[in-house]
Amino acid sequence: MKALKCRECGREYPLTATHVCEFDFGPLEVVYDYDKIKGALTRATIESRRKSMWRYRELLPTAGEPTVGLEVGFTPLIKADRLAKRLGIRELWIKNDTVNYPTLSFKDRVVSVALSRAKELGFTTVACASTGNLANSVAANAASAGLKSYVFIPSDLETGKIVNSLVYGANVVGIKGHYDEVNRLCAEIAGKYGWAFVNVNMRPYYAEGSKSMGYEIAEQLGWRLPQHTVVPMASGSLLTKIEKSYQELTKLGLVSGCNGSVPGAQRTGCSPISVAQTAGLDFFKPVKPNTIAKSLAIGTPADGFYALKVMKETGGAADDVTDDEIREGIRLLAECEGIFTETAGGVTVGVAKKLIASGKIPSSDSAVLCITGNGLKTLDAIMGHVGQPREIRPSLREFEAMLESENKSAISA
Amino acid sequence: MPVKITVQEPLRKLLDNQPVVEMCGSTVGDIFRALRQRYPYFVERMTEPDGSVRRFVNVYVNEEDIRFLQNQQTAVQDGDEIRIIPSIAGG
Repeated sequence: MKALKCRECGREYPLTATHVCEFDFGPLEVVYDYDKIKGALTRATIESRRKSMWRYRELLPTAGEPTVGLEVGFTPLIKADRLAKRLGIRELWIKNDTVNYPTLSFKDRVVSVALSRAKELGFTTVACASTGNLANSVAANAASAGLKSYVFIPSDLETGKIVNSLVYGANVVGIKGHYDEVNRLCAEIAGKYGWAFVNVNMRPYYAEGSKSMGYEIAEQLGWRLPQHTVVPMASGSLLTKIEKSYQELTKLGLVSGCNGSVPGAQRTGCSPISVAQTAGLDFFKPVKPNTIAKSLAIGTPADGFYALKVMKETGGAADDVTDDEIREGIRLLAECEGIFTETAGGVTVGVAKKLIASGKIPSSDSAVLCITGNGLKTLDAIMGHVGQPREIRPSLREFEAMLESENKSAISA
Repeated sequence: MPVKITVQEPLRKLLDNQPVVEMCGSTVGDIFRALRQRYPYFVERMTEPDGSVRRFVNVYVNEEDIRFLQNQQTAVQDGDEIRIIPSIAGG
């Protein structure tokens, strides 16, 4: 890494814990010395390293070797033939971050970068504002790194996500408000206390961790960029960073093929980015979030402008889906591929289905769906929508009677 | 009693490192104009040449984003707090 740079005016800043340009209040981003990296990073070098996101460490923002989350990433890329058939597309892949280590979501990627950098900068307390997954990851990775943690979440989150932060001994603070309100409060707390807030003052480093998902997709496809990469959008950061990862790999000569489209997925009613994209606007109107997809419940997306720009430049469409379509997406992925995703994954599958049906993703193409979190964390959203187990006594006769009655009703149906 | 304006680090240095600045006015726009008199650099940096708030800056009256109110026409009263916060990433 060379410096921090304002994404708006290009002014450079030293590599400290800061996130905002003092001249136009724009967000800061890490810049790298790509000429130097080009000489050092080859496919063979990467392939010789252990299978974690840190095999691309030259492209991730730590000064020295990483110290937190060394096993994060390199999750499976699954060829999803059964789901491809159901969605009506020639070829489909699932980037399966439901099994990311250690907290079962893509957030482990950003947190391992943010905490490694926080340790380099001398912080002993880390914190975040979160819709759930980030809180889980900060809590777990801070525990294993011996750091103190504070996580701030909307108080109405799914029980699974609350327990998944508490168990690590984190200080969990539930805020009576939605995520954008939690975020506002955290900006004030971050200004007052000297903590490393992963998505506030550590944001330039934190956000770069998402790029590892894109590097892995390209490597796992045989050093090839996908034609379409469908990404769920909350703040819009992941989408912009996946596209950045593809650009970097191209710049470094590590991949063949040209950049494909990066369509974005949101939930209807909390979809400021997809609404703006379909209306052809380059700005969004903030909304009050209200959705079962709580991990995507951000009404004022910080990277919304950049996500719109990326979709426009790559020819990526956007769409949004209802809560029922989210549940259908969760079931489709589970029934076709044996992968249980949280609501954000249901959004991605549901939007992919719509984009394929409308021809915005041509059925003769190949697409990757980014599935970012595990369904065990959002059981509340799907409970009561996947049927009930049939109960019988431990008797073979009862079992056979049950089968017979089900066969009869199946025939008559 | 005037309206209180708060800004977090690292932007506070543009307000002479004061945690709270007080200004008088009856709308958010009035307050910005008053603020511009005393801290011209600060207001120039947070707004576009046409006077609108830059897209990466969120302005709140008490706890509410002014985009859900009447933007710079939002009325303010004595004792209200205006928070100026650059947007931050998702989670």
